[in-house]
Amino acid sequence: MIHSPYLRKPVSVRQVMFTVLVALLPGIAAYVWQIGAGILVNLAIATVVALAAEAFVLRLRRRPVGLALGDLSAVVTAWLVALCFPLIVPWWVTALGVLTAIVAVKHLYGGLGQNPFNPAMAAYCAMIVAYPALMSQWPSAGQLDFSTQLALILGGSRDVDAITGATALDALRTGLRGGGTDVATLLGQEAFGALGGRGFEWVALGYLIGGLYLLARGVITWHMPVAFTAALAGIAALFWAVHPEQFASPLFHLASGGAMLAAFFIVTDPVSGATTPRGKLIFAAGAGILAWLIRNFGAYPEGVAFAVLLMNLCVPLIDMKTQPKVFGHRGDRS
Amino acid sequence: MLSALLIMASIAVALGAVLGYAAIRFKVEGDPLVEKIDAILPQTQCGQCGYPGCKPYAQAIANGEADINQCPPGGEEGIRKLADLLGREFKPLSEEHGVEKPKSVAFIDEQRCIGCTLCIQACPVDAIVGAAKQMHTVVAPLCTGCELCIAPCPVDCITMEALPETVETWKWKYPVVDIRRAA
Amino acid sequence: MTMRLSGFHGGIEPDAHKHESSGAPIVPAPLPARLVVPLRQSARAVAECLVAPGQQVLKGERIGAPEGVLGTAVHAPTSGTVIEVAEYPMPHPSGLSTLSVVIEPDGEERWTALHPFDWRARPRNEALAHLRDCGIVGLGGATFPSHVKLGTGTGIEVLILNGAECEPWITCDDRLMRERAADILAGAQILRELIGAGRLVVGIEDNKPEAIEAMHAAAAGLDGGVAVVPVPARYPAGGEKQLIRTLTGIEIPYGRLGGEFGVQCFNVATAHAVYRAMAFGEPMVSRVVTLTGNVDRPGNVEALIGTPIEDLLALAGPRRADTDRVLMGGPMMGFALPSLTVPVLKATNCLIAASPRLFPPAPPEQACIRCGACARACPAELQPFELYWFARSKNFGKAQEYHLFDCIECGCCAYVCPAHIPLVDYYRFAKSEIWARERDKSAADQARERFEFRNWRQEREKEEKAAKLAAKAAETRARLAAEGGEAVAADAPPAAEDPKKALIAAALARAKAQQAAAAPKNTEGLSAGTQAEIDEIERRRRALGLAETADGTAAPDTPARDA
Repeated sequence: MIHSPYLRKPVSVRQVMFTVLVALLPGIAAYVWQIGAGILVNLAIATVVALAAEAFVLRLRRRPVGLALGDLSAVVTAWLVALCFPLIVPWWVTALGVLTAIVAVKHLYGGLGQNPFNPAMAAYCAMIVAYPALMSQWPSAGQLDFSTQLALILGGSRDVDAITGATALDALRTGLRGGGTDVATLLGQEAFGALGGRGFEWVALGYLIGGLYLLARGVITWHMPVAFTAALAGIAALFWAVHPEQFASPLFHLASGGAMLAAFFIVTDPVSGATTPRGKLIFAAGAGILAWLIRNFGAYPEGVAFAVLLMNLCVPLIDMKTQPKVFGHRGDRS
Repeated sequence: MLSALLIMASIAVALGAVLGYAAIRFKVEGDPLVEKIDAILPQTQCGQCGYPGCKPYAQAIANGEADINQCPPGGEEGIRKLADLLGREFKPLSEEHGVEKPKSVAFIDEQRCIGCTLCIQACPVDAIVGAAKQMHTVVAPLCTGCELCIAPCPVDCITMEALPETVETWKWKYPVVDIRRAA
Repeated sequence: MTMRLSGFHGGIEPDAHKHESSGAPIVPAPLPARLVVPLRQSARAVAECLVAPGQQVLKGERIGAPEGVLGTAVHAPTSGTVIEVAEYPMPHPSGLSTLSVVIEPDGEERWTALHPFDWRARPRNEALAHLRDCGIVGLGGATFPSHVKLGTGTGIEVLILNGAECEPWITCDDRLMRERAADILAGAQILRELIGAGRLVVGIEDNKPEAIEAMHAAAAGLDGGVAVVPVPARYPAGGEKQLIRTLTGIEIPYGRLGGEFGVQCFNVATAHAVYRAMAFGEPMVSRVVTLTGNVDRPGNVEALIGTPIEDLLALAGPRRADTDRVLMGGPMMGFALPSLTVPVLKATNCLIAASPRLFPPAPPEQACIRCGACARACPAELQPFELYWFARSKNFGKAQEYHLFDCIECGCCAYVCPAHIPLVDYYRFAKSEIWARERDKSAADQARERFEFRNWRQEREKEEKAAKLAAKAAETRARLAAEGGEAVAADAPPAAEDPKKALIAAALARAKAQQAAAAPKNTEGLSAGTQAEIDEIERRRRALGLAETADGTAAPDTPARDA
């Protein structure tokens, strides 16, 4: 450092990313406890592939490999990919997803800090478009033992419909489309637990705890989680109040799918999200509303990923239009 | 068939009327392109481009008669700006028109000046003061460094002096980013 | 007295490191062997030198006259002999030199005659001139001339005295308030009267209880209207705009003076200097400097302006082996001195011996992840990472649109940046680049205007000449016609040509006659030296073949090589 300031707070990107990883642990623990330890295999596969891909691309781009690997950003991306993919997806789908996230979404746009799209969500979207069947098989709590999970992940037989049912969101969508039934009957099935998919409400709780830890550590601000959950719950509540037999409850929407992961770990991605306080509110609320719309009226059961990508597209505009007033310029016209 | 033709024709007429009205209502005075080009040129008025001043050169560029790389005082940055403005490809400074030099100002050696007024007549910005048979001097803040006064001087008493950097004109450097250093 | 504080956005709380140097009283620094007084002592102005080498000066004698609107006078810090007036390196990040007066002290410290100034009895503009002539500038670091800041003296409601001293390590204002509280407040009262403010508010960071106590005690003896207000210790609480906002809620945008908003702010040390200037007529020849950091005996010294910094640092103990550079100012906004031979300026509030242990080198710069930590820390409420992108890509227009110039370069953003980006360096680069471009642009605009005027003038001269010629030709034609109608009628075609030729011939003849008759003027009673000079010039001119030749042909007046 040649010029002032000569003082620096002892913080680093690595620390920020490490805090995010720590915050993911409660969710992962709940996942292992409720759904299956197979997620650990997926996490391991994703981490290895992510680090290898990152190192390889950095090599190609002639950037310092050690420093960039050490910042742990690739590991965060890898974990998020593994957590938003179904547990029993074959290992190569996870690997392909991570490669998409790291190589195509992150580095092709200039590497850390430059990607306009959320890598994990882009990877999810790419994979669900490419392998819609594989990406839609979610086992619920206690359904599969670890050896079955392992066999499926490592490429065993894929007679999947016999093994797993559809997710709650999936069942809801196809059920309601077919007509002749209502939400209560659909979600009354034993496989779906009290709120979302059985067992997944605990995972959601784990994410919530981790998210609160991130808030406490100042890694994220309150804007995004609050706006996202409020928008999602708000629009769900509105329709649920009018047509409870046609639309699921707000609590169901919050607890199912990737809502909680998204609220604290996905929309809060600083690189691809809005940065101004007002912009964060708009960005996250938009993602929440779009997620609900896609869940109810879209072609895919889970809308969070597409919603986030759509809002990523709007970030430059949102940021430009929501620049906060500068000291001494509060009276200026914006 | 006929009605389609009529509709298309009337749309064409209506749009034409709108365009015609807009052309009159929002008429742009003068030739803004020449002004824009002139604003980029350094106003040295040195004539190295082959035109008698910056404005004529700007006019020539606008008319497509001159290329954008004929201005040595504007340098590479000037060419880049012109290329940007005109949507053309950047090209290096044309060698026949000169080379980019650090900004300097003319200085008259007062011991040798004979007061011939030739440099006063040559100066494009009236930056030299003096009278016949009186010593001349350059008003440095007004001098553009065009060097046009050097050739006419019969006693070669005019030299170009580079402007020294002062605390006022000193600039903070672009922070050097050497990411590879960390590897 | 309790007061509602408005606070400001962002800010940081680094280790204060005040106790190292705040314990010991201010001691006068001994007279150095040589003083180098730069004539550039106030912001953006250089004083005009009034002394010549060899001249004897007294302490407090004026050596530099104020130049320009922002100029202030510069004075000899001690009595002695001017041994040189030359360019010397000054304490500045550039390490560039500036015109300085070098004085060899005679050791007697003889004062020049000082004239106290009765600001109550004399007109206000004289008081401001007195401050200018005493070289009073803001001692907080910006060295803005105080008489300019006092402005018109109307519409100011609150006068703020800045004793916040928020930068880590610096304690010179703290010590001054503890030891000379009464003088500071006396100076503040003078400022308050000159500026016509109703209220006087002294803002002091709450990590200086002794200073607050001392100022409280001194204020108790005054007739009211003075409030000593502790403000929360959070950098940059002592930034002028931040302190004004904290104490009054008023926000002063970039490029505006507090006076427009009914509030003005002076540093406590400036108030002290104003008191000395008014009560004793003493010009600013010394200031309190904190010596701290990697030294054996940190403390505060009263140093003469122009004292070499290495002499001053020696007072705090011998240089330690691990001291790798010396900072002037605080660690947040100061700069590393390019050399230690440079002198103390009016702006020198603190000298910090830095070592890698106290100020570890920054880890390598990483990519910005737009985490927004900088925006949360920015006291100007900017979006520093956006400014960084714009400055980095040299998109200066956009940077200005995002209020680059409202950045006060406090360094909070770079302090909190997890990617260790030297953000402030990017802003400094962008700002100085923009200033340079504006200078170039105004020079270009001026050149364009002058060029166009010259073309217009040449055009006009041509027209005037043509008109004159035509008029003369017509006149000649008329005369010739009057003289002999038939002849003209016979030679009709050449007649049109003839008068012109005749005119030219006549003019040439006139010029010749004039040249022959022209005698050098004012040549009587010349000194031998001047005569010799003239002869020399004549000789040179003859050598060049420019003077009139013996046969009387005119010298080549016409531009022979006119391009």
